[in-house]
Amino acid sequence: MITFEDVVKVYPGGATAVDHLSLELPTGKMTVLVGPSGCGKTTSLRMINRMVTPTSGRVLIDGRDVAGQDEALLRRGIGYVIQHAGLFPHRTVLDNVATVPLLLGETRRTARAKALELLERVGLSAGFAKRYPAQLSGGQQQRVGVARALAADPPIMLMDEPFSAVDPVVRAQLHAEFLRLQQDLGKTIAMVTHDIDEAIKLGDHVAVFRAGGHLAQFATPRDLLAHPADDFVADFVGRDRGLRSLSFDTASDLPVKPVDGLELDEAGRPLGWPGPDGLRETGGVFTKEDSLRVVTDLAIRSPVGIAVRVGPDGAADGLVSHHDIADYLASRRS
Amino acid sequence: MNFTYLLDPAHWEFGAAGGIPQLILSHLGYTVLALLIGAVIALPVGLYIGHTGRGSFLAINAGNAGRSLPTLGLLMLMVTLLGLGLLPVLIALTVLVVPPILTSAYAGMRSLDQRVIDAARGMGMRPWQVLTRVELPMALPVLFGGFRSAALQVVATATVAASVGLGGLGRLLIDGLAVNDYSRVLAGAIVVAVLAVLVDLFLASIQRWIVSPGLKGTS
Ligand SMILES: Nc1ncnc2c1ncn2[C@@H]1O[C@H](COP(=O)(O)OP(=O)(O)O)[C@@H](O)[C@H]1O
Ligand SMILES: [Mg+2]
Repeated sequence: MITFEDVVKVYPGGATAVDHLSLELPTGKMTVLVGPSGCGKTTSLRMINRMVTPTSGRVLIDGRDVAGQDEALLRRGIGYVIQHAGLFPHRTVLDNVATVPLLLGETRRTARAKALELLERVGLSAGFAKRYPAQLSGGQQQRVGVARALAADPPIMLMDEPFSAVDPVVRAQLHAEFLRLQQDLGKTIAMVTHDIDEAIKLGDHVAVFRAGGHLAQFATPRDLLAHPADDFVADFVGRDRGLRSLSFDTASDLPVKPVDGLELDEAGRPLGWPGPDGLRETGGVFTKEDSLRVVTDLAIRSPVGIAVRVGPDGAADGLVSHHDIADYLASRRS
Repeated sequence: MNFTYLLDPAHWEFGAAGGIPQLILSHLGYTVLALLIGAVIALPVGLYIGHTGRGSFLAINAGNAGRSLPTLGLLMLMVTLLGLGLLPVLIALTVLVVPPILTSAYAGMRSLDQRVIDAARGMGMRPWQVLTRVELPMALPVLFGGFRSAALQVVATATVAASVGLGGLGRLLIDGLAVNDYSRVLAGAIVVAVLAVLVDLFLASIQRWIVSPGLKGTS
């Protein structure tokens, strides 16, 4: 657990970057610090590994004040990923990843073996090991950055806008991979982003900061969307937060109507809706595991306003119109 | 053009006093000594200034000051102060090599991507490790460039040693002029030029060897 106890940071020159921050980042979870630019997210993150010293207050890891600990040793036990990856241009990908194990005194051989294993974990084949960072795409560099931070298997990871320098397609891919990785590893992660969508997608908890280094709200993504603490947070999470909050519920309890009027193949799989000019595409199907947001989107896009549910075998087993969805949401609220 | 002196095998006899091989050796001796002393002085200062940003004016102005100081004049001044000998020559040549090394060490450190250094510290490298494992290797292309230009200058200028009675390839120029033996002067000029090219080629191959391939095309 990482604890901020009434932490203040005033930089020389007068700007208050962090203003009386008290916050607990739970062990084994991913906490995302989010907020507009300049609101003190990076400063807060860097106080955890002593890259920044608080003006007052304390930062504790599992109850121990970081201020009393040897800087270098503390940092070797905390993975650190920054925007643009910050890879060493003069070292190969493999040696970049092996950095911290080597600092910890492992032999070159063990360190490299570990590094190779981690490259694979982040989705890079062994062929990348001998390359230099300049020979990688932005997304690949970011993967190496994550592998490098994980190399010594630290219990804690700090990530400062790790995915913001890559294009949206690659970012979505990195998100998915990272969520899978975190599911396996269960690290205590503090991640900084200015992108509220990313925060909601990745965070177990989200800490919303506002200008002046104030913590505006600390909540789960779901609570953040359902109960924003004030107008600033409501505005920051966006006007479509109602719709977005549908991402957190699956369609498992959503009642469906029997399949009727839909053209099927011999195996019961949907072919389309009959219309005056032949079959019209369903626009996609959903399963019980999909989110309500997906179902709503399908119903809206469907030529007949109806989303089609399929079973594990791909056969259509139920229909939901957008009226049904509205009724379901209303019934849940009461 | 008269190449008789240059092509006469008698002048290429190894170990013969005043022979070309022996002059080359002493010439290289002054060069290497001046480079070593200059590097020992200029490297730490340049690296320190570049690293901390303190005293930048010194690093920037050193380059200009060095270029405008006439080595021969400085040498004569040193001889008047210290008398004849190796020391005044080394001082004059060292003053020549300090500015390019100092300036390039400074520039090399200044040009570093601070985000990479930040990452190095954040991963738990101690200051000395950051310097030796990250900053120096990354600054090496720029730094080595300065060293190469210092070496070129000192190879060309070490001829001044002969003007105060020492050896080196300057002997061919001075003695040749004294007895109107232009063939000997020409031989001196050619050997100095070829030596400069060879020294630069040698340093270039060292540079290829010690600079990481990952930094190719970035400086
Ligand atoms: N090293 C520094 N020196 C002085 N001011 C700084 C420094 N780093 C950040 N600041 C200031 O502190 C405030 C918070 O910065 P930062 O923590 O980087 O915000 P964020 O990561 O949320 O964009 C900003 O006003 C910024 O200008
Ligand atoms: Mg920031």
